[in-house]
Amino acid sequence: MTTHYLVLSALLFAIGAVGVLVRRNAIVVFMCVELMLNACNLAFVTFARQHGNLDGQLIAFFVMVVAAAEVVVGLAIIVTIFRTRRSASVDDANLLKY
Amino acid sequence: MPWLSTLIAVPVVGAVAVALLPKGADKLAKQVALVVSLVVLALTLAVTIQFSPRGERFQYVETYDWIPSFGVHWGLAVDGIALVLIALSAVLVPVVILASWHDADGTGADNPPKRSVKTYFSLLLVLEAMMIGVFAATDIFLFYVFFEAMLIPMYFMIGSYGGVQRSYAAVKFLLYSLFGGLLMLVAVIALYGIAGRNTFMFPELVGVITDPTTQKWLFLGFFIAFAIKAPLWPFHTWLPDAAAQAPAGAAVLLVGVLDKVGTYGMLRFCLELFPDAAKFFTPLVLVLAVVGIVYGAIVAIGQTDMKRLIAYTSISHFGFIAMGVFAMTADSAAGATLYMVNHGFSTGVLFLVAGFLIYRRGSAYIADYGGVQKVAPLLAGAFLIAGLSGLSLPGLSSFVSEFMVLIGTFSSEAVAGINYAVFAIIATTGVILAAIYILWMYKRVAGGPTAESVAGMKDLNGREKWVVAPLIALIIGLGFYPKPLLDVINPAVDTTLANVSVTEHQAPVPVAEQKGAGE
Amino acid sequence: MEPVEIIQHSGGVIGVAWLMIALPLLGAAILLLGGRRTDRWGHLLGVVMSLASFAVAVLAFVELLGMSGDQRRREIELFQFIPGMVDMGLLIDPLSIAFALLITGVGSLIHIYSIGYMSHDPGRRRFFSYLNLFVAAMLLLVLADNYVGLYIGWEGVGLASYLLIGFWQHKPSAATAAQKAFIVNRVGDFGLAIGVFLIWTTFGSVAYGPVFQVAGQAEQGVLTAIGLLLLLGACGKSAQLPLQSWLLDAMEGPTPVSALIHAATMVTAGVYLVVRSGAAFFPVGSTAALVVTVVGVATLLAGAIIGTAKDDIKKGLAGSTMSQIGYMMLGAGLGPVGYVFAIGHLITHGFFKANLFLGAGSIMHAMNDEVDMRKYGGLRKLLPVTFVTFFIGYLAIIGFPLLSGYFTKDGIIETAMHHSPVLGWLAVLGAGITGFYMSRMVFMTFFGQKRWAEDAHPHESPAVMTVPLIILSIGSIFLGGYLVLGNTLANWLAPAVGGPEEPIEFHFVTTPGIATLVLVAIGAAFAWMKYGRAEVPVVAPRGSFVTTFARRDLYGDAINESLLMRPGQWLTRLAVFFDNRGVDGVVNGIAAGIGGTSGRLRRIQTGFARSYALSILFGAAVVAGALLLVGNI
Repeated sequence: MTTHYLVLSALLFAIGAVGVLVRRNAIVVFMCVELMLNACNLAFVTFARQHGNLDGQLIAFFVMVVAAAEVVVGLAIIVTIFRTRRSASVDDANLLKY
Repeated sequence: MPWLSTLIAVPVVGAVAVALLPKGADKLAKQVALVVSLVVLALTLAVTIQFSPRGERFQYVETYDWIPSFGVHWGLAVDGIALVLIALSAVLVPVVILASWHDADGTGADNPPKRSVKTYFSLLLVLEAMMIGVFAATDIFLFYVFFEAMLIPMYFMIGSYGGVQRSYAAVKFLLYSLFGGLLMLVAVIALYGIAGRNTFMFPELVGVITDPTTQKWLFLGFFIAFAIKAPLWPFHTWLPDAAAQAPAGAAVLLVGVLDKVGTYGMLRFCLELFPDAAKFFTPLVLVLAVVGIVYGAIVAIGQTDMKRLIAYTSISHFGFIAMGVFAMTADSAAGATLYMVNHGFSTGVLFLVAGFLIYRRGSAYIADYGGVQKVAPLLAGAFLIAGLSGLSLPGLSSFVSEFMVLIGTFSSEAVAGINYAVFAIIATTGVILAAIYILWMYKRVAGGPTAESVAGMKDLNGREKWVVAPLIALIIGLGFYPKPLLDVINPAVDTTLANVSVTEHQAPVPVAEQKGAGE
Repeated sequence: MEPVEIIQHSGGVIGVAWLMIALPLLGAAILLLGGRRTDRWGHLLGVVMSLASFAVAVLAFVELLGMSGDQRRREIELFQFIPGMVDMGLLIDPLSIAFALLITGVGSLIHIYSIGYMSHDPGRRRFFSYLNLFVAAMLLLVLADNYVGLYIGWEGVGLASYLLIGFWQHKPSAATAAQKAFIVNRVGDFGLAIGVFLIWTTFGSVAYGPVFQVAGQAEQGVLTAIGLLLLLGACGKSAQLPLQSWLLDAMEGPTPVSALIHAATMVTAGVYLVVRSGAAFFPVGSTAALVVTVVGVATLLAGAIIGTAKDDIKKGLAGSTMSQIGYMMLGAGLGPVGYVFAIGHLITHGFFKANLFLGAGSIMHAMNDEVDMRKYGGLRKLLPVTFVTFFIGYLAIIGFPLLSGYFTKDGIIETAMHHSPVLGWLAVLGAGITGFYMSRMVFMTFFGQKRWAEDAHPHESPAVMTVPLIILSIGSIFLGGYLVLGNTLANWLAPAVGGPEEPIEFHFVTTPGIATLVLVAIGAAFAWMKYGRAEVPVVAPRGSFVTTFARRDLYGDAINESLLMRPGQWLTRLAVFFDNRGVDGVVNGIAAGIGGTSGRLRRIQTGFARSYALSILFGAAVVAGALLLVGNI
């Protein structure tokens, strides 16, 4: 049965979401985002298995590519912010408002 | 030859040419603009001469597909009403260019900053093209496009070349007009959808909408846009701000021509497309108009700023025009159309002469003047004649139109137990108030001992005489012999009213015949 | 006898009668457009144009004389003014030509007089252009064959009057007086305009011919309404109660203007209007005619009372003008017999009042423009011509037997007596007061002690001023007798305004006539005791409340001020406030409201990434929940 995989995926996603909401460190938040993405990947693959076609697998590859690209850009931004502001807290970077 | 397209194209090409001139060539820019506007005037005269008043209603018809999938056309044509208004624009623009010769130079007594001269004259020409287009458009969508596009050059002319509070005035003008325009856009699209003819051409849409409720809603969409544009009380407050802050030349075109689009739209679109709704709303509109006449005049009396005062007198006059349109008698509607033209001339010369005064003195406050008559008799004389035209003195053109509007309204038949004569009587009190606001202004500006601040004020120079003379000649000429204009206007007005199913031009039945018929 | 029918006319002098209007108009245009270049000969051109117009009027008059009575109403078409509504044309008939002769004749004399009077004024050319403009407008007023043409002339003379009262614009009092005259006149014009509207809607025409033809068939109420509206217009132009207040202030203008416009011609336009429309809208016994007579009597008394208290010689004469026009109005409300005397009095008054005003001008010319009669005195020796002519005018106006005023004024009084003794006796009383205030004026000016200012060196005016005085005084002597005796004027006017059933007989000895003479004599004697024999104080004594009442123009200005001007100013201020705060406040309020709301809404954008994440999660949960819900249903 594939239910266990889906439950695991949901749990991972929830952990990731809570992490994004409660942690301040940008790196941790970033990792939590990755966790959510991978939870989704797991769900996609599970559904592919469940329905017997490859669409889900395909999407999973797309997600991985996007995630990789995101890591490149995101980490670069975080490093730059850390360099200029000496802090990796997401709450400190709140200039973009109103 | 596509006369009307040429009339629109010439000023556009001229505007581009002026804008592309090198930076320092201010004088050349002015000269080119003047020549272009004179060419337009000459073309307009040619069009006017070839127009046959008793022929087809719409002449010089041009129709090209523009957006075929929606039935939008580049549709141009003129009838008598549109023709006289195009002629008004074509006459006023060269005069305004001549009058604004130094307005952008930054040489006035109020030390305005120097700004791009060629842009100003380029904008004037763009505006001229838009004005001609809006009156010539027979495609309602095209009309809407011109209606909105007109705002842009005017926005820049007020916003960049105006007085101290120019940006406030420009934004207020733009937003207020856009608001009305959007209501009209909704109505235009709804008209297109409900009519289901897959066309925006005006002649094909006349009489299509028959459902009374639909008519009323669409009427309101158009009417509010035009009432803001005209402006009718209580949608008027943008006008004093805009006219007072705009440079005098722009104010002339704003009040003299742009605002006429509102009253023209009422006559052309509100009446013909939605005749039943127009009749339904007539009492309401007449009340607004009459309130505007009296209210505008009273508020004008209390103004301390010359240009604001003139703007308020215009609100009063627009009340007369709207009253003439909606009284729906042949005399009143023809009078209203004539009023649009005459008001353009008389307010035009009033604004321009006030502009000359302000350019010299550097202030628009009436209290800053006094005794101008002694130092600059010609300037004061022109100011007086312009003012007298504003108070509709008989013998000047505005009298004929005001008289026709009032007598037409007075003689309109009582509808639903309301005798419109009452409106005419109340409106006639406007002639007393007009005497007060004009003469009191003239007395404070030109009468009394010469104020120190105006001592040494120079009289009209050659250029300014050329600005004032043609307008005054027109005002006096049309005051004694309005027939040429009326001959063009009357057939068009009769057709319009026939489409609203109002009986044609005829005198009231003399008493003797009434008696004879009764026996 | 009814008025005769109007006949279309072409050819002859009458065919070019428009020249009468065009010539002075051309003169005005040349002088105004020519500017300083015409300074040197401008005044001469003005005089020539006026005289040329007079010549045309005389020739037209002669041509009219050559026709039989029932042919004497000629109409000439000029051009279509408003197609389908107004065809501009001229009506040359005995009434209009009588006016034309008066306007151009007296007008020309006053033009000539002005050459001398204005010789030191730098604006003389402008003055003559305005005078020419006035003559043209006034002729249009009386010659037009329709009410719209009349209205155009009506406002045209108003304009000329405005320009001339305010000729010395640099004097604030002159500028104010000019403005007041125009605005008060506009109130009258309001009535006239609505009267014209009503005529158009009732009769389908504004031309005299068609309107008068069918006037009798209209409803009585409409006719009365038209009559009263026209009367309102007449009251404005002719300074009748309740629109009288502008005339006294109008004396700010140069004296020839007061003589021409505010005595001889323009102010009588109201009488012309009433007489012209008389048969149609003011038939004897109608309400409208009754109101005309009441207004006339009220004004003739009011004007006379004002005249008694004025120390300013021109204002005294102005009060007298009001009063005399009151007599004409009274006559104009009394049907054909009344018309004859009203027009007769109008013509003789045109002469003797112009004579008096120009005489006053001559005195002012001699006295450094002093107008206060308390600073005159004993001038008869130094200004012999002025004195004699003024004295003739004085005798004429008080109705000294056999002079002009005697015939026409007594005619009005007698006709009024015939209709209503109350009106008649009030008119007699008015004549008595006239005797008093005019005698007072003559005694204060020409008799008694010298009370001059120190720098005054009185001298007789030049011939260019005295010759018109002499001509006018000759008219003041003989014209009345000529017009009234033998029914000359009655027969002449009959085709235009209708004639009385029987010829009018002028009785020299009648009860009201004798009563008038006695009252005038008492008035004159009283004036002699007070101002001739006794010494006149240079500073006006305080006087009783009656004197104050008269000095303050019967509180006319005070009433206008407290009832109209103050509330008007208050209303204006209120309206401006309402517009700025109310109407514009709503507009700006809406704009501010939208701005304020968006200002508050944007506070949601805190800049905290985690709060955005929370709202995204929340949104996702809502969407997922909604999908679940919809899926389950």
